Amino acid sequence: MASEQRKVAMTGNEAVANALRQIDPDVVAAYPITPQTDIVQYFSQFVSDGQVKTEFVTVESEHSAMSATVGASAAGARAMTATSSQGLALMWEMLHIASSYRLPIVMPVVNRALSGPINIHCDHSDTMGSLTTGWIQIYSESAQEAYDNVIQAVRIAEHPDVLLPVMVCQDGFITSHGIENLEILADEDVKQFVGEYKPSNYLLNIKEPVTFGPLALQDYYTEFKVQQAEAMANAKKVILEVAEEYAKLSGRKYGLFEGYRLDDAERVIVVLSSTAGTTKAVVDELRSKGQKVGLLKPRVIRPFPAEELVDALSGAKAVAVMDRAETFSTQGGQIFTELRAAFYYAKERPLMRNYIFGLGGRDTTTREIHKVFSDLENDLERGHVEKLVTHLDVRE
Amino acid sequence: MALSFEKYLRTQKMPHIWCPGCGHGIVTQAIIRAIDELGLNTEKIAIVSGIGCSSRAPGYLNFDTLHTTHGRAIAFATGIKMARPELKVIVITGDGDAAAIGGNHLIHAARRNIGLTVVCFDNNIYGMTSGQYSPLTPVGSFASTAPYGMLERPFDLCELVVGAGGTFAARSTTYHARHLVNVIKEALTHNGFSFVDALSQCPTYYGRRNKLRTPLDMMNWFRDHAVPVSTWEKMPPEEREGKFPIGVIKKVDAPEFSEVYSGLIEKVRERGDE
Repeated sequence: MASEQRKVAMTGNEAVANALRQIDPDVVAAYPITPQTDIVQYFSQFVSDGQVKTEFVTVESEHSAMSATVGASAAGARAMTATSSQGLALMWEMLHIASSYRLPIVMPVVNRALSGPINIHCDHSDTMGSLTTGWIQIYSESAQEAYDNVIQAVRIAEHPDVLLPVMVCQDGFITSHGIENLEILADEDVKQFVGEYKPSNYLLNIKEPVTFGPLALQDYYTEFKVQQAEAMANAKKVILEVAEEYAKLSGRKYGLFEGYRLDDAERVIVVLSSTAGTTKAVVDELRSKGQKVGLLKPRVIRPFPAEELVDALSGAKAVAVMDRAETFSTQGGQIFTELRAAFYYAKERPLMRNYIFGLGGRDTTTREIHKVFSDLENDLERGHVEKLVTHLDVRE
Repeated sequence: MALSFEKYLRTQKMPHIWCPGCGHGIVTQAIIRAIDELGLNTEKIAIVSGIGCSSRAPGYLNFDTLHTTHGRAIAFATGIKMARPELKVIVITGDGDAAAIGGNHLIHAARRNIGLTVVCFDNNIYGMTSGQYSPLTPVGSFASTAPYGMLERPFDLCELVVGAGGTFAARSTTYHARHLVNVIKEALTHNGFSFVDALSQCPTYYGRRNKLRTPLDMMNWFRDHAVPVSTWEKMPPEEREGKFPIGVIKKVDAPEFSEVYSGLIEKVRERGDE
């Protein structure tokens, strides 16, 4: 039986740092970068105060942070780090190493725009740029979700059918530095939920020597990649199983996505993370005026839940996908192109358009969300979309 | 006549982001004074920086400036110097930028003896991300990630540059403001790689944690612990304890890399090879 949860007021970063404290990983290696710094800063305090048994390694770059985390994880430790933006970009080489070694590393990422121009504020260009690295990606709307997702991520990553690293994303400053009320589980409940980490193959098991990262050329490389892809496919089921178990513990239910007033919605916005909260306010306002609008907030985008999203949007007549990162493909943002492709074999296809928004932290308010719903209304009257890709709120 | 700073500054970018009492303004003005006193053509100067408090300086400087990524300023500057050897290329960096994440670029630029002047605004802390220890944080001093005191040994950046084959290394501090200008002038006129370790105070994240409560306390600390290099060389090891040398620590002549490279191009062309 779960102990009572504690109601606290915390920033997203502090909430995630507390999740790390409760998980009590064996090793955390980190390098400071805005706006993630708080997470490891708070955590280093927990280390100093003896609240965790973690070996905390301060390194000289994010490349080294991920390298040290990979080394620790391969050695058999439960290892974590956290980063943002340029830090994630600098890790890129090691991201592939982590996923191909099948190391269940959990990494909170605080989303921030990539340079240049230099910018420290939120968009999703950092994690959208690492979609092909073989990491599971989970996005969080609030501090509560960031906290819950980090705890669940440990179980997802370490599941024997998965064994893949997980990024848990939250929006830079908006979520990471905003104080919210949330509920945190009792320490012993988290400890029990994540359990003791028992790796099956690891370097420090000298009785059964193993090699990580050997040379595999034309002979075996393909099979390694196929196994990674299969693990990613397995993750979908595991994510739902872990969510169900977590719901029993916490009372908070998670899926691959969240539908908000979606059942009979004709016009739907699809958007990740904190902007979903803004969208919910607009949905409520328009619903009170009798308009059939809704929100679909993907939680997991690696693996991409194509069938589930198509199914959830089967009743929609017009869909606006909002991406918080440019891809420069000229065909729209990442979520848009993947969701649009997912509809290719669907019997009914809604009108679908894309908005690139909120780049470098540009504020997206209810005013912009109203405009998107209103554009969809015009599209429905017109019978086709006015424009495939729109950059929202741009200076003329 | 007093130096008019306006023509060297992007005054529309003021106020700057540095904290009250920060030493980075003193180092920035020393660079401006050095350029002014040498009468350098500002059209032939490129200033490059990485990421951190120091690296904000080029944003305020009215030159051709390039603000790059964390640790990589010297790498970008190397490209500029190779493409336009006639330019005076100045790198403004910090101890975290130059010695931690970008340490590799520093030693290789020194080894090659490429004609860059690197001024490291060395406040021995990561100021911009709120005071984590850097590879320059002294043993025993406190940082947000060293609540019980720093355990790791710091670099001596001048010795690092010299050890990597650097032909010019010098040190000064924000207390020795005039001396700092002179040292930077010498660095700017050196033909080859020149490195200036400019000790600067971070009262916000270093001083407060280390019983140096005011910027003045920190600058007085520089005054009390700096020793001219000529005196330093005569001091027995026990007297050197806790002190550090300032002045030009190394200056030797060696072929500058972009010139060596141009020479090779000339030679190959003369031979008539494709």
